Amino acid sequence: MKKIEVLGPGCANCKRLEANAREAVGMAGVEAEVVKVTDYGQIAAYGVMSTPGLVIDGKVVSYGRIPSAGDIALWLSE
Amino acid sequence: MTTLRLSLGRRMQPPLRATVGVSVVAWLVAWFAEAPFSDWLTFSVFGLDRGSQFGEAIAFFLLDVPKVLLLLVGIITVVTLIRGFFPPERVRSALAGRGRMTGTVGAASFGIVTPFCSCSAVPLFIGFVEAGIPLGVTFAFLISSPMVNEVALVLLWGLFGPGIALVYMAAGLTVSIIGGLVIGRLGMERYVEDYVWALQGKGPTLDAVQLTWEDRIRDAWSYTRDLVRRITPYLLVGIGIGALIHGYAPTDLVAAIGGRSNPLAVPIVVLIAIPLYSNAAGTIPIVQALLGKGMPLGTTLAFMMAITAISLPEFIILRRVIRWPLIAAFAATVTIGILFIGYLFNFLIV
Repeated sequence: MKKIEVLGPGCANCKRLEANAREAVGMAGVEAEVVKVTDYGQIAAYGVMSTPGLVIDGKVVSYGRIPSAGDIALWLSE
Repeated sequence: MTTLRLSLGRRMQPPLRATVGVSVVAWLVAWFAEAPFSDWLTFSVFGLDRGSQFGEAIAFFLLDVPKVLLLLVGIITVVTLIRGFFPPERVRSALAGRGRMTGTVGAASFGIVTPFCSCSAVPLFIGFVEAGIPLGVTFAFLISSPMVNEVALVLLWGLFGPGIALVYMAAGLTVSIIGGLVIGRLGMERYVEDYVWALQGKGPTLDAVQLTWEDRIRDAWSYTRDLVRRITPYLLVGIGIGALIHGYAPTDLVAAIGGRSNPLAVPIVVLIAIPLYSNAAGTIPIVQALLGKGMPLGTTLAFMMAITAISLPEFIILRRVIRWPLIAAFAATVTIGILFIGYLFNFLIV
């Protein structure tokens, strides 16, 4: 099962990204859990400076922007 | 071009260039037709009298709302496209290892073109510290980023001409650079939370994200839609207040409180501005109305800068990485800088 982490303190952008991520899971039809990471220490550990960030299975795939559900679905299917 | 490997049910998008072309033309048409249309609407259709307080207030409102919205849409889209080339990751690489003066001036300048989201303030602060960027340089960036906002600059240019926009930018840069230098000299590194220092030199350093033009345009447009939606309440309130000032505020009252004859005008407006927070764009209608009523430029500038740069919500967010003494030093430096700018411009521009 894939692990998707949404990095951010919980502002509107982070919520949008989380919604897009959940939609993407449905689109791609994969088994995945979506987790919100709000702790700044953990976010910094990934090296992310501009939130919101997106991590799939431990790999940082996006930061500083909100990718669409379609883009995320593509990444999930790779 | 992303190849679709699953059927995502996405609609076929019209060619990007055609969409961009049509949008630009539509914007231009709306821009030039707007003033005559509002005029006609207020005075011919609604039948209000020119020169009456209510008529003038409504005219201001109807003229301003579409104009500012149009400006915003146009500006934010273009500005976001430009900003896309200056992500924080790139700024960090550019600033790391620079001398104190170069770094501070560079940081203040980058703050103008870098997007600033309050929620990113903490990760950004950590990221800069991790890269070994001195505290003063980081603060120069933190002061300049929310205050000298290119959306506000372009709005000022569009509404008041290049002179005022450049003045605002110069003032903002000055406060940021001097603020950064001062904080750098205070030696308050011990007021940064320990876990931040512990992260120095650790953790991966991410490069700027690689984006295609299509990504950039889609991002810019979606950001614009979202931001305009979020700003509109502030804007309507700002325009409402501006309209009231324009139609109803006696020039004498504004002159008495904020005018040249009151030596305490600058601190008063800054004090009023501290608990207020608005996106820079929302202050512009108020600024427009106040200038129209004869408030001196320095006082108005101080008001505008204080609304955007001194923000209690941002200070509370920064508490996660900085302790109160340093936050207080930050707030005090910015406030003093703004007061100075206010008095200076009142003095220079008679």
